[in-house]
Amino acid sequence: MSNIIHLKTPLQDNEIVNLRIGDRVFISGIIYTARDAAHKRLAALIDQGKDLPFDVQDQIIYYVGPSPARPDRPIGSCGPTTSYRMDVYTPKLLARGLRATIGKGNRSERVIEAMKQHRAVYFVATGGAAALLAKAVKKADIIAYKDLGAEAVMRIEVENFPVVVANDIYGNDLYREGVAKYKRA
Amino acid sequence: MGTRTRIDAAEIVEKVSHLCRDANFNLNDDVLDALRDSYEAEASPVAKEVCAELLENAKIARECQMPLCQDTGVAVVFVELGEHAEITGGRLYDAINDGVRKGYNEGYLRKSIVASPLNRINTGDNTPAIIHTELVPGNQVKITFMAKGGGCENMSRIAMLTPADGREGVIKFVVETVSTAKANPCPPIIVGVGIGGTFDYAALLAKKALLRPLGIKHRDPDTAGLEKELLEKVNDLGIGAQGLGGWVTALAVHVECYPCHIASLPVAVNIECHSHRVKTVVLGNITS
Repeated sequence: MSNIIHLKTPLQDNEIVNLRIGDRVFISGIIYTARDAAHKRLAALIDQGKDLPFDVQDQIIYYVGPSPARPDRPIGSCGPTTSYRMDVYTPKLLARGLRATIGKGNRSERVIEAMKQHRAVYFVATGGAAALLAKAVKKADIIAYKDLGAEAVMRIEVENFPVVVANDIYGNDLYREGVAKYKRA
Repeated sequence: MGTRTRIDAAEIVEKVSHLCRDANFNLNDDVLDALRDSYEAEASPVAKEVCAELLENAKIARECQMPLCQDTGVAVVFVELGEHAEITGGRLYDAINDGVRKGYNEGYLRKSIVASPLNRINTGDNTPAIIHTELVPGNQVKITFMAKGGGCENMSRIAMLTPADGREGVIKFVVETVSTAKANPCPPIIVGVGIGGTFDYAALLAKKALLRPLGIKHRDPDTAGLEKELLEKVNDLGIGAQGLGGWVTALAVHVECYPCHIASLPVAVNIECHSHRVKTVVLGNITS
């Protein structure tokens, strides 16, 4: 792990250019949640040239479908879901100004290429560390698609949300490089 | 043996409800031990940090009684029904589904089941459970609950190999399955392998193989040898915790075999994430 970096949203270009794969990043501020069903709707709006329910410019989308919140907590357990299912939609959102996504698992070549083009990064949060990640969430409000239940879009406020840079804006891929380094055979 | 027991369906509802919450909040010691061993064995600093996070996550989940993972799974329930046990006051499958409904609602667990695979409308209570029942001697009912995550289940595969493919073919298929899955099933994973039987039975064997506690070798030395070889080959892939590169891709490989047709060599690989949530209860102990 190279550097430890603290970032606040919305993201600034001069901060994004400094990120490199393997960097440990702690995110604070507002991030938005969306997974499979919400992405389908967001992409349809983009295809129709319409506005999205929230402005994605310089923002982060987190791929998560939390468990229900207990009455005394802002959110339930909230670890990342697998990102490849969102790959088909991601370039469209990046073209609208989205600067980062958080999920787990590697991205397609097309998404990596789109991240280079639009100067965006991909962060990985630890899959299955959902109770630990919930501790970093201070507030959560559903802002769109309430009918989708666990898949509704939320605006969440996070403090030192722990992630690792898996793809930087230079086309580097931590998944590819990491596995190549430890492969025996 | 001959003594019949009566088990009240209402008791099954309560016990299953408890199993759902217990499994999702409290990671078993065998998994915790395996994660600690991975932390020690891992060379990659990124993967080591992941293991540390997973151990911390298990601690928080236990203390706060909140789900280890937001994907609280499809409820897979294995029932060993004693031939001399009688369920009273309701039906077994209804009681299990009522228990799942209660457990997932009261435990604030995520409801992840859609009624139709194509229309995709959520049932809202995480039922129906997937139930496998086996008739066994005795007068007890043993119920094992497994919360099976969608991400790892999606990476599972089955193949109908030919007898000529043999042991080497089986090894190739298992390693290839893990290699293709990469980071997606949330490594470090547990690999359940079912060899033999029929198309359907191999898949069931693979899932049952996941139920064996970690750290316990297969009782048959040949199968235990195959498990060891598979684990080494899987870990040589370098996928590591969360697929970010490392030495520990799998915590264990468990193999179960069964007789099969002279023409067949079915192999099923059921992949389980590190959030291995399994709990068991036994009902109907002989009291008189």
